[in-house]
Amino acid sequence: MITIAIEKKLNAYHGQQLLQVNRQFESGSITKIYGPSGVGKTTFLKVVAGLLMPEKGSIVVDSVTWFNADAKINLPAQKRNTGFVFQQYALFPNMTVRQHLEYATDDELWIKRLLLLGKLDALEQCKPEYLSGGQQQRLAILRALATKPKLLLMDEPFSALDYKMKTELIAELQALFKELDTTTFIVSHYPHELDGLTDEVLSFE
Amino acid sequence: MDVSPIWLTLKLAGITTLLLLVIGLPFAWWLFRGRSFFKIVVEAIITMPLVLPPSVLGFYLLLAFSPQHGIGKWLQQEFDIQFVFSFPGLVLASVIYSMPFMVGPVKSALQQLPSALAEASYTLGKTEWQTFRYVLLPNIKPSLLTAAVLTFAHTLGEFGVVLMIGGNIPGVTRVASIAVYDSVERQDYDMANNYSLILFAITFVLVIAVFVFNKYQAKSPLG
Repeated sequence: MITIAIEKKLNAYHGQQLLQVNRQFESGSITKIYGPSGVGKTTFLKVVAGLLMPEKGSIVVDSVTWFNADAKINLPAQKRNTGFVFQQYALFPNMTVRQHLEYATDDELWIKRLLLLGKLDALEQCKPEYLSGGQQQRLAILRALATKPKLLLMDEPFSALDYKMKTELIAELQALFKELDTTTFIVSHYPHELDGLTDEVLSFE
Repeated sequence: MDVSPIWLTLKLAGITTLLLLVIGLPFAWWLFRGRSFFKIVVEAIITMPLVLPPSVLGFYLLLAFSPQHGIGKWLQQEFDIQFVFSFPGLVLASVIYSMPFMVGPVKSALQQLPSALAEASYTLGKTEWQTFRYVLLPNIKPSLLTAAVLTFAHTLGEFGVVLMIGGNIPGVTRVASIAVYDSVERQDYDMANNYSLILFAITFVLVIAVFVFNKYQAKSPLG
């Protein structure tokens, strides 16, 4: 169980806004985070990952306190074991596809399996600049999965994939999330993009 | 022609560049990580040699390391090290004098990398140091090379600071730029021309190399 009750100020260009989330998420569930641009969807993911600090509230994951403003507890991002798929991918330009995964894990079998899953096994020696947009996005997803995270945070993870690739990948990911018992948050702009995949919806207005 | 000033200059520039790679990189990284008033002051101090007359810097170094008092006396008594009128003194002065040429470009290159690169590395469980070593540093290689070459070239061109703390001792502190000045003083213009041409050629090749490496884009020396 993941319990999140946070408040974070957002500096939007039309003034300050308040991001407020107060909700519980079942372990192993897949939640779609939906809402218009600039309401704090990415900020919410970064707060959960420990990359940004909220002003108030607490985050408790499986009875472990990751953040508590009153008790001044803030578990560093490194210790939270989240997987993060960045909207702009944030791939490392100096590393090949394989090196991205090797940087994250020593598990060779797992690396091979991920490469197959993302259909990047033939491109494992390529650096990101030689990959198409869709291939880069798949690599970003694989890298986030490489540490077998208990909580996976995905920011628009399928935006560069064609319909066929997206459907296949989602089906495989669904099975993988079950296997790893991963709780997943997926940010999406499109109301029906993830129909059938997600269990819950967190709507930001 | 006495080539020892040229060798001494190259040796000084090489050692200074190596030392600044070791000191300057972690330093640039430290400055890059977050802002505080203390860091602003430290950055201002290391940037001072860019705008300060080199003779002023040399003068204060001369005072500080004079074996008659203060740190200079202590170093002399405890460790038998003398920085004034010695090669180690030239190295020390050069490191201080060229520090902004190493730290400035490296820091600004780090700032230009998307912050998500480091964030991605943190979520993979990597420490700040691992992130710097394996993600940030390899992705600023062109700036690193530019910084190293500029540091080297800048050290070749030192004059005032070197003259103040090192003087003009043949084989010990007489670097090429001082040999030029010394030759002119003795009205030996041929010799002055020889040293000048060599310095000109080396520096020119270095700057060309930086531009070629950066794919013909003329980059500002400061980053």
